[in-house]
Amino acid sequence: MNIFEIISSIEEHDPEIAARLDSRRGAMRSFAHMTKKITMASMPLVLASMFQKAYGQTTTTSAVLDVLNFALTLEYLEYRFYQKGVDAPNLIPVGAALNAITSIRNNEQAHVNFLKTTITSLGGTPVAEPNFDHTGGKGSGMGPFKDVFTNYGTFLAVAQVFEDTGVRAYKGQAGNLLGQGNILEAALNIHSVEARHASHIRQMRKFNNFGDVKPWITGKDPGVGAANSVVQPSYNGEDNTTQAGVAIVGIGGKAISASAASESFDEPLSRTEVLAIVDPFIVK
Amino acid sequence: MNVLEKNQPFLNEDLVIAQKNLHRRSFMRYTGYGGAALAAGLLLNTTACKKETVNDEGVNFGTGDYAILNFAYALEQLEAAFYIKLIDSPYNGMSAAEKSLLTDVRDHEIAHREFFKAALGAKAIQDLQVNFTSIDFTSRDSVLNTAKSFEDLGVSAYNGAGRYIADANYLLIAGKIVSVEARHAAYIRDLLSNGSFADSSVLNANGLDTSRKPREVIAIASAYVTTPLNATTLPA
Repeated sequence: MNIFEIISSIEEHDPEIAARLDSRRGAMRSFAHMTKKITMASMPLVLASMFQKAYGQTTTTSAVLDVLNFALTLEYLEYRFYQKGVDAPNLIPVGAALNAITSIRNNEQAHVNFLKTTITSLGGTPVAEPNFDHTGGKGSGMGPFKDVFTNYGTFLAVAQVFEDTGVRAYKGQAGNLLGQGNILEAALNIHSVEARHASHIRQMRKFNNFGDVKPWITGKDPGVGAANSVVQPSYNGEDNTTQAGVAIVGIGGKAISASAASESFDEPLSRTEVLAIVDPFIVK
Repeated sequence: MNVLEKNQPFLNEDLVIAQKNLHRRSFMRYTGYGGAALAAGLLLNTTACKKETVNDEGVNFGTGDYAILNFAYALEQLEAAFYIKLIDSPYNGMSAAEKSLLTDVRDHEIAHREFFKAALGAKAIQDLQVNFTSIDFTSRDSVLNTAKSFEDLGVSAYNGAGRYIADANYLLIAGKIVSVEARHAAYIRDLLSNGSFADSSVLNANGLDTSRKPREVIAIASAYVTTPLNATTLPA
């Protein structure tokens, strides 16, 4: 069987094989270059390498890995945040509060491990955990949330913003995982857990009179008092009341207020928006 | 480069080709759905081509993305009807805070229901008749446990249906709704038992929430729906 027969037989399964190989000029060049040196015995390996280049670098695969590594970075941010919070002496009241935060910490740790395993199994390399400055000070430790690990109110405010932002970040990547079967489903399965967390953290803040917030996001109000302006980018756009061209306020003649309309749909954030939001929390 | 190093990409290559074939099969399935959707009017009876027994009784969800949207519409109809009844006849001992937030939940579900009805237009399934006689609306425990079941079911339904959506805009809409259902689920769970917002009854060891296949969801929801539903066009 010569190379043309091989490609022809692959073509039965993948009619686009010729286009793939042709569009990978680099792969073809390296193949042409290598054939001068190789013996026929090593031919299958060279072909394998060439096909690896043709198939292994499809935008689909690399886009999926990009999404997963982006998600992993956010999960690192959250996991390390809750870990430090649980470790901080006298920060989180022992009992229901500490149990809840510990449980959330465990979920984030599981997400980190799951994403690393998934990325590796797809042939990618998981990004390393960055150093974080959870005060939002880019490494100075003197950011707008400088008492985040000594003041319970600040800790829960930052937790809420991280969770609400995480929900929006996953949502913003859904389109990049369209048609990706198990990977899309796993991302959705993490996404709804972040929303459960957000709901509970918001209830904790309300219970402690740290903020007049509901389990869901009303309008684009962050509900974190003096820190509102700092975290506003995490909430901008949440006041949307039109979905797929359909106005939700008063829809179908029902008494749906603007608040209810905004609450009933969470909104996505683009990767650029999310990276700008988390940038102050990452040590350069 | 030694032989072992060279062999690795070869093994990977096998996997990549296998994945490609899988993708291709999925794609063919999608185009099959899409084609059927395009010619829905003409092809209503072509399901007879399938080997499985044709079941044309009950509400038909349609095909392709319309089937998934109608599936969501059915669930939102069920949830909205439940919360309307819940607020119309509050359980004994409902606090003001509970009434306020549960009224929010009712309004969210009505908004979801009406959104799907408007978005689907002529493709929308009919209004479904519900049966809540198994629920004691005077009992906080009975009502909130039902609410918990509905919300967790809703989350698992959207999570499980996402992979069958072909249009990115519809997938985003599903994402916008499912996180709100998850916020509801966590709130209701915490009302019943504080701290149960994401416990091991819904999360697996990887910290992943639950997914259910559309037909499985319909089978569960059917306990509360008297209008006959035909799930044969939904993914099993």
